Amino acid sequence: MTVATSMIILRYALRSWWKCSLSIFAAMLVSSCAVQETASPPPSLTGEGGPPSVRRLTEVQYRQSIADIFGAEIKIPGPFEPDIRRNGLLAVGTSEVAVTRAGFERYDALARNIAAQVTDKENRARLLGCVPENSTTADAACTTQVLKHYGRLLHRRPLDPERLAAYVQTAAAETRRLGDYYAGLSFALAGMLVAPEFLFRIDFAEPDPANPGRERLDGYSKASRLSFLLWNTTPDDALLAAAGRGELDSKSGLAAHVDRMLTSPRLTDGVRAFFSDMLEFEDIETVSKDGTIFPRFSRSVMNDAEEQTLRTITDHLISRNGDYRDLFTTRHTFMTRNLGIVYRVPVAAEEGWEPYEFSEDDGRAGLMTQISFLALHGPPGRSSPTLRGMAVRELLMCQHVPSPPGNVDFSEFEASSEASPVTVRDRLTAHRENPVCAGCHKIMDPIGLALENFDGLGQYRETENGSKIDTSGELDGYTYQDVTGLGEALRESPATVSCLVNNAYRYAAGRSVSNAEKQWLNWLEDNFAQNGYRLPNLLREIATSDTFFAVSTGGGDTNHAALSETGAD
Amino acid sequence: MAATFDRRTALRGMLSGTAVTVALPLLDCFLNTNGTALAAGGPLPVRFGTWFWGCGVNPQRWVPGKVGADYDLVEELKYIAPFKDQINVLSGFDVRLDGVTNEPHITGNFALITGTTPRDVNTHDVPTLDMVIADAVGNDTRFRSLEVTATGNPKDTYSRRSSSLVNPSEASPAAFYTRLFGPEFQDPNAAEFRPDPQIMTRLSVLSLVKDDRQKLVRQLGARDRERMDEYFTSLRQTEQQLEMRLTQPPPLEACKIVSDAPEDRIPEGYLVSAVIDNHKVMSELLAMALACNQTKVFNMVFSNAFSNLHKEGMIGFHHGLTHNEAYDEKLGYQPESAWFVERSMEAWATFVETLANVREGDGSLLDNTLVFAHSDSSLARTHSVLGIPMMTAGKAGGRVKTGYHVKGGGDSITRVGLTMQQVMGVPTETWGTGSMETSLPVSEILV
Repeated sequence: MTVATSMIILRYALRSWWKCSLSIFAAMLVSSCAVQETASPPPSLTGEGGPPSVRRLTEVQYRQSIADIFGAEIKIPGPFEPDIRRNGLLAVGTSEVAVTRAGFERYDALARNIAAQVTDKENRARLLGCVPENSTTADAACTTQVLKHYGRLLHRRPLDPERLAAYVQTAAAETRRLGDYYAGLSFALAGMLVAPEFLFRIDFAEPDPANPGRERLDGYSKASRLSFLLWNTTPDDALLAAAGRGELDSKSGLAAHVDRMLTSPRLTDGVRAFFSDMLEFEDIETVSKDGTIFPRFSRSVMNDAEEQTLRTITDHLISRNGDYRDLFTTRHTFMTRNLGIVYRVPVAAEEGWEPYEFSEDDGRAGLMTQISFLALHGPPGRSSPTLRGMAVRELLMCQHVPSPPGNVDFSEFEASSEASPVTVRDRLTAHRENPVCAGCHKIMDPIGLALENFDGLGQYRETENGSKIDTSGELDGYTYQDVTGLGEALRESPATVSCLVNNAYRYAAGRSVSNAEKQWLNWLEDNFAQNGYRLPNLLREIATSDTFFAVSTGGGDTNHAALSETGAD
Repeated sequence: MAATFDRRTALRGMLSGTAVTVALPLLDCFLNTNGTALAAGGPLPVRFGTWFWGCGVNPQRWVPGKVGADYDLVEELKYIAPFKDQINVLSGFDVRLDGVTNEPHITGNFALITGTTPRDVNTHDVPTLDMVIADAVGNDTRFRSLEVTATGNPKDTYSRRSSSLVNPSEASPAAFYTRLFGPEFQDPNAAEFRPDPQIMTRLSVLSLVKDDRQKLVRQLGARDRERMDEYFTSLRQTEQQLEMRLTQPPPLEACKIVSDAPEDRIPEGYLVSAVIDNHKVMSELLAMALACNQTKVFNMVFSNAFSNLHKEGMIGFHHGLTHNEAYDEKLGYQPESAWFVERSMEAWATFVETLANVREGDGSLLDNTLVFAHSDSSLARTHSVLGIPMMTAGKAGGRVKTGYHVKGGGDSITRVGLTMQQVMGVPTETWGTGSMETSLPVSEILV
């Protein structure tokens, strides 16, 4: 039964059946030749970066920017226009979404709401830094001070003098109209908050003195790219100041700021955002389990499960500066009471989080054995080896699994289901025996079957309908007996490593990888391996590279569509 | 009535901070003699909307045997019996794939609503039917269109201008109520007309935001320039909403805000009972919005295309059932899946009833509306895009005949979309691309 459901919940472009086997073959090919022999420095790619990019802030980036600029006290009521996933990442979608009419209405209401809070009685003393001479008339000096300060932070670059003057003038005119200094100021601020310069990260190019006739990103555009990549928020004052002084245009200046950002506790926010995107955690909000089948399911368990995985990741990759590949085998994690009930482990702390280490006998090792992964990829009432296997292939290995043929005939599957199957493995017989199914399912089901010791919610079990669960399988030629073995196989798979590097770069650039960048990505992968698969090191290489900041203007008619896909296929 | 308050008068009233008071009660004398139009203003508005449900029907239990008037109602359609005279059933119209692979539950639906079979829905930049119609008729209402889902998931929407402009659905009844009838609502029947003094302020701020446009787009690539244009178009629409609020709307007899803000019971996990309840609440809000002329175009999603509807204790979703559930040879269908189809048709009947219950002029709100109901496939079990089930409800202000079953005989499904556009006054002779291009409306339902 499982399978059929899962076959249909596929989300990516459908290919005809014969392409299925081709694609798997290609995926394996990519994996097997992913590790390059060369270790030469990255070729310069100046001029290959495409036109200046325009990326809409994600909901998290919007919220974090407001909190950083005005303080966490400011309430930010939703809903937001949903972010859109493209080519496997929301980050790529940010370069494609615009703002719908309903979306603008929401941003406009949010902007007025936030601006009103910033200027209300409770917050104005803390946030405005000056007091008008008279609260019912305009005060150009105070208004200029406030709007200059916040204009620079909100638009991530200083406002042009004329632009600032226009905002100040509007504030003054509206103060006169409404007879209230703070109302006029508030509306001007709201204008800054709904302006495209805030809602979108818009790159600006300038002539490149080192390469006459060419252009480069200006310092403020660089500051934004760095800040959203490493901290997932707007650039702080220090970074904007550095951009203003031209420090980000020199190798050493750039390196110094990247180091400052990599050693800041805020790196955690950046890494969390990257993995939330890669693991499709926005879907955790809507995942649901049937209450009668899984009474331990609750919204708070799912929220904790998401947090658990993100804590596991940042603890391992940042605090311990660990090897990325060990995330597939690690037994270190964190627990809450809430989670302890589902994992069936004792948790001493009544409130909050405590570190936890699974024992070898617990049968849990690696991210894919955590509830966030196990519960996210399955229907409401049971586990789905196919969906879990597909998630491992697509999210962790960047391999595209084709959709089933539109006219797939389920009669054979139903026939095999009716032969009273005991375990899921029995039910999936048709997937293995029918050649139409087997081509794709053989790359998904064996992975998912290794996770069958975990039910639909992720609770441990050894038997299904009284029969011992067989978790053995094979991943790209690596055979295993259980989920620990699957973790080892994933750890050793070149695909998981190249997937991470590819995702990290696409996440950073907000677009697919161009042909010209592939060679550089190969180098980056080698570099990642040679440095022990440390994520901070990978981020440093990206954030200090020419490739990350490359831009080509040339009349602005180059289209992102001209950039070809790589990696995922 | 409204004519006595031009924009300048309104502004003066607003600037001096005094309310402008007008006589209120809408008596029959405000309507023309046949009750189809306001005596002082234009005719009663004609609205268009879609009503979507996922995973189709069992054709042999849904398609009426009889063609034309007084069609028969088989099992899955029996729920519409009380409104049969106001509903047309359209069967046997096909999506033509033109060599494109059928991506289950997606290809058929987007072909139906855009007239073009999508190769990849993520890059399919053809506007949906509702957007084309909204562009033609939606400019003089507060909202150009309203998107609503009963499922609780705001991502359940099929309305879009392009792949980068996907209209989000309202999923929370409380938020929907506030958006419609909160502080920015202008009751057309209010005794006092007191424009918000902040409207001019907001307009001047938006005008300031627009000023930088040229500088921003100068160096962008073509696609990004388009995206910026889309942003500024959306900004312009908010300006238009504000400008509209400077003049008093003509009174509307049917506009009665009958309820307070509803309890915010957003369905979780697509639990079908909760979705059905929420659909009723959302339908009532939407009907009030239409009666108060807040929009002329809407999209209601009852269930998503990969129907995630779920019954307590069930292992999977409605969608899963359509593939997994054993086919009952004796019955000739899958009984549990059919149960979900019947719940969908029951909900459709509720929606029609909700519009029919609002009195407007000498008829009902439904009489002045054209609702286009459709799914994403016919028999979901095989993902068939042939004969995707469709219906219309309402007479569109007298432009459409109802109570007919029209059989398409394998004609292109775009004939129906073309008909919807022509009824709503979109000046188009043909619609659709490739082998789905057509200039033949469904004349059987045209007056």
